[in-house]
Amino acid sequence: MPLPPLPDSALNLGASARDWKQAVMLAGKALELSGAVTADYAKRMVQVVEEFGAYIVIAPGLALAHARPGPDVHAEGLSVVTLTEPVLFGHPYNDPVSVVIGLAVQSSEEHVAGVAALANVFNNPSTIGELAAATTPESVRSILGIAHEVSS
Amino acid sequence: MKRIVTLCGAGVGTSGILKVNAERVLARLGIDAMVTATDVNNVQADAADAQVILTSPELVKHIGRTFADVVEINSYVDLDEIERKLDEALG
Repeated sequence: MPLPPLPDSALNLGASARDWKQAVMLAGKALELSGAVTADYAKRMVQVVEEFGAYIVIAPGLALAHARPGPDVHAEGLSVVTLTEPVLFGHPYNDPVSVVIGLAVQSSEEHVAGVAALANVFNNPSTIGELAAATTPESVRSILGIAHEVSS
Repeated sequence: MKRIVTLCGAGVGTSGILKVNAERVLARLGIDAMVTATDVNNVQADAADAQVILTSPELVKHIGRTFADVVEINSYVDLDEIERKLDEALG
C-alpha cells in the first residue's frame, strides 16, 4: 500500500504557529478536514509529545506528528503543514521545525507500508527543504510522489 | 541472528521509519539481523534478547535497564548516520 491520498483539505501551506503545540494541532486539524480523524486525534498527537518528548522530530526541520490507532481515526490519513516561521519542539539536534507531517492509522500493521513509502521520500536529503518551500498542493503531492485523487 | 529493536513513543510512525531504514542499512552492510519496531510500553519485552536498541535521544530515558546497546539516532532519514552507528554497534 502506498501513501494515503493527500487531498487539498489535508494541506496547510505557509501556516503560522506560535509554538510546537499549535503546529501539531494544525496537522491534526488538516487530518480532520480531510475526513481521516475527529478533533480528538489532534489532542492525542499533542499528548504523545507531552509524554515522550520531541522524538517525533525525526530529521532536521521535520516533525512526524502521530498517535496510536483509536476510535477517533476514521481512515488512514496524511496531512502536511508548512510553517512560514519555524518553531522549536525542544529536540536536541533537529530544531527548528518547518514541516509537520500528520499521520493517522487504524492499525499498527496498516502503517508499515505507508511508512516505508514516507521513509523513501525523506531519504532524499532535499525533500524537507523542497516541501518547506512548496506553495501549491500539486507541488507537495509531486514531492511526496502522491497522485491527486479527484474527489466527486 | 542478531536482533535490533527500533523504539518510539507510540509504536506507529517513527519507529517504522527507523525500522525500514535500519533494514536498508543492514542489507548494505551485509549483516543478517531481524529488526522489530516497538514502543515505550513494550520495549522491555521486545528488547529482552536484542543486541541493539535504536532510538531518539529523547526516548533513551524511557528504556529502563537493558543489556542491549542503546544507539541514539538523531536523523531517522540519514542512512549514512544509521549505517555508521549500526556498524559500530554490531561490528
